[in-house]
Amino acid sequence: MKRFYAFVKKEFYHILRDYRTMLILFGMPVAQIMLFGFAITNEIKDAHIAILDPSKDHETSRLNEKILSSGYFILDKYLNSPGEIESVFEEGKVKIVVVYDEDFGRKLLKNKAASIQIIADATDPNTANTLTNYISAIFQDYVQSQNPLAISPVRVIPEVRFRYNPDLKGVFLFIPGLITIILMLVSAMMTSISLTREKELGTMEVLLASPMKPVQIIVAKVIPYIILAFIISIVILLLGYLVFKVPVKGNIALLISEFLLFIITALSLGILISTIAKTQQVALMMSLMGLMLPTIILSGFIFPVENMPKILQWISYLIPAKWFITIVKGIMLKGLGIEAIWKETLIILGFTLFFLIVSIKKFKIRLA
Amino acid sequence: MDHVITSNNLTKKFGNFTAVDRISFSVLKGEIFGFLGANGAGKTTVMKMFCGLLSPTGGEGSVAGLDIFTQREKIKKRIGYMSQRFSLYEDLTVSENITFYAGIYGLKKNDIKEKREALTERLHLGDFQNNLISSLPLGWKQKLAFSVALIHSPDIVFLDEPTGGVDPVTRRQFWDLIYEAARQGVTIFVTTHYMDEAEYCDRISMMVDGRIEALGKPSELKTQFGVKTMNEVFLKLARK
Repeated sequence: MKRFYAFVKKEFYHILRDYRTMLILFGMPVAQIMLFGFAITNEIKDAHIAILDPSKDHETSRLNEKILSSGYFILDKYLNSPGEIESVFEEGKVKIVVVYDEDFGRKLLKNKAASIQIIADATDPNTANTLTNYISAIFQDYVQSQNPLAISPVRVIPEVRFRYNPDLKGVFLFIPGLITIILMLVSAMMTSISLTREKELGTMEVLLASPMKPVQIIVAKVIPYIILAFIISIVILLLGYLVFKVPVKGNIALLISEFLLFIITALSLGILISTIAKTQQVALMMSLMGLMLPTIILSGFIFPVENMPKILQWISYLIPAKWFITIVKGIMLKGLGIEAIWKETLIILGFTLFFLIVSIKKFKIRLA
Repeated sequence: MDHVITSNNLTKKFGNFTAVDRISFSVLKGEIFGFLGANGAGKTTVMKMFCGLLSPTGGEGSVAGLDIFTQREKIKKRIGYMSQRFSLYEDLTVSENITFYAGIYGLKKNDIKEKREALTERLHLGDFQNNLISSLPLGWKQKLAFSVALIHSPDIVFLDEPTGGVDPVTRRQFWDLIYEAARQGVTIFVTTHYMDEAEYCDRISMMVDGRIEALGKPSELKTQFGVKTMNEVFLKLARK
């Protein structure tokens, strides 16, 4: 035990003295939360709009008022001719242009139909899509308020309700995703680098020639990272809760046990990498390309897995992070208990055992 | 006299490649035994087998009376090991390095303190105790690494090319430390490819392609091959 303590203490010195490591460990999660929480959102506010309104009647001015008071749009200018549409888009500030029919109000009264053209700047397709949806919804709403009694005999009015995240806040998704990424980064990448560092510097041989058993060496080396990863994940949870009101609806003890399980999964991956990689550089590249990239892309953190080609969906099943994000989202946002997530938990447990067994085998081969 | 290291037809194969081919020799207590050979001759492999870092493929061997096949864990408590790359942590201070290595050998807190003070005193490192290893010159690091390998008072210390990359004066000073340890009864097993260092050893063995081609006192070997320096002995063997 004393040996163990001496080892863990030394490992903490390494971490605490390397300001770059400290920066990665503590700076990055905070910076990412702030970025994802405040700067990067899917919601659109104050998009610049231009309106071409040749008819300038009662109806169009009521519609304009509705659009501009919705909070999503800011009027850039009223256009005077269709020729100006091109130039406002070229200036780049205006994202969407609404063009009314000539004699809009009269046509609406006389023919019960008038047309509106919505032109969006689709250089950013997601934004364009969202904006046109907003505008269409506003017009729909107007039409309905004009005809409280249905003209057509059958009408379906969908009433949409967003459960678990009623305000559609992006940060709700980012917090579970971020915890996953950070745990992966700290546990897998940092341990693989710190283990290969001992190999690269030649200190591993000296340690192996000492009475410390290989298992003791590895466990002593990863313990500080378990502690750190754990602290960081709690910090992220707290930040999410205090700053962005991301709730933990489920059992917090269950959530924390799942954190610990995933930390061990990531550690076993880190150990596996360190048995293969000979230098820190290689370990870093393997962690980044082999772990971080698939974790970010295929875990459903940013891109929905359901929309991916079948083959990528199959590959995503092999990514432990995908299952972990499902678990964390389930517990945090839906308040699920173990009875709903035991399958995912078992899958992660299976991965962990597999990685550990392979690492132990590899390590033994290296010693033989 | 006690034999602290024995080897009888010891063999190590990596797949089809025979790195160490049926070598037999023994080392006496308190002896400075030089293990010489060109790069790739198998010196490090032999040393690793005795340190419990590699398991032999065949033959017999013992260290401190313990079998290198079955009693590896016990052996590890009785030996010190210094690798080619000094094995000190650059981002730890002198005293932290000493404390760490003493710690993993299970020394008690008071013993560690005592040893640390004695060691830094002997190496004149007292004023540098709280300096990072990275700030020390190479020669100092080597001396410190050697002393750290002896921190748990092992019976035998294995030095794997310990003096790589330093000037002859520093190398000479390093050897003074080795002599001092040997006088106190520690057996020194050292690999090197500096032929001037071979002269400092009590006995040496020359390895060529996994086999021991010559074994004896430096003076005996020089007579045997009819040459004046160890360098010439080495060249004669290597060109055979």
